[in-house]
Amino acid sequence: MMTIDTIFTPWQSLAGGALIGVASVLLMLTLGRIMGATGILAGVLTPHTHPDTGWRLAVLAGMVSGPLAVLTLTGQMPEIQVPVSLPMLLVGGFLVGIGVTYGSGCTSGHGVCGMARLSRRSIAATVTFMVTTGLTVFIIRHALGA
Amino acid sequence: MRLFSSYLIGLIFGIGISISGMANPAKVLNFFDVAGNWDPSLIFVMGGALVVTFVGYWFVLRRAAPMIDAKFHLPENRNLDARLLGGAAVFGIGWGIAGFCPGGALPALGTGRFDVIAFVVALIAGIFAAKALMALTGARAARVLRRET
Repeated sequence: MMTIDTIFTPWQSLAGGALIGVASVLLMLTLGRIMGATGILAGVLTPHTHPDTGWRLAVLAGMVSGPLAVLTLTGQMPEIQVPVSLPMLLVGGFLVGIGVTYGSGCTSGHGVCGMARLSRRSIAATVTFMVTTGLTVFIIRHALGA
Repeated sequence: MRLFSSYLIGLIFGIGISISGMANPAKVLNFFDVAGNWDPSLIFVMGGALVVTFVGYWFVLRRAAPMIDAKFHLPENRNLDARLLGGAAVFGIGWGIAGFCPGGALPALGTGRFDVIAFVVALIAGIFAAKALMALTGARAARVLRRET
């Protein structure tokens, strides 16, 4: 794996984070739902167990429009740099899919919405995945030296 | 109304993710690489999102119900079980390998990049695999329970 240097962007990241928060609050205010990417995607994938798919599809469509809106507003596509190989993307993606399904959520559902409600489960899940992500990155980059 | 507001909310989320750096695996992996090219930006993403959501939820959840639904749909399970912690641990391993999480990758689909599509296809395969495994182990547990009772 190669590493790509990235620039520290506190203000941009803070503004992006605040918008993620605004979206989470608005979804709770309007539909009373958790703004969790995992739950919303899983709901669309298994409509027989989640009959209310309309709003989930609409949220997904909005999410996917995000980069184009950024392009329109700033004249630039959001920067995406992928320092890992295709097999790593596939293995990583598969593990993420298994993990978020067993763990009932990801960074948005547990890390933002659940933590903001001070949910014990979300705090425990967030601490757990932050630690295993950090360990995984350490092992791949420093122990394996890839 | 439900669909229109949901689309706008998804759009706000997608713009937030796009400018925050959460959709950029190089930035995400550098955040976790404290021993290497550390980029602390993601603390600001989490911090900004948490403060706004914490304050917003405090006001919203004082209401009797949301604006266009009969009730709040909040998880009721409060148990810290192996399924939750094991799932979270596996999610972290995958996130550390690929650099994308679901909330980062779904908006990034809008760039049309092949690597994002590949990640999301694998993510969906993982979700279906886990659901199938849960149904299988759930059915076995139900059979054992029937035999025992």
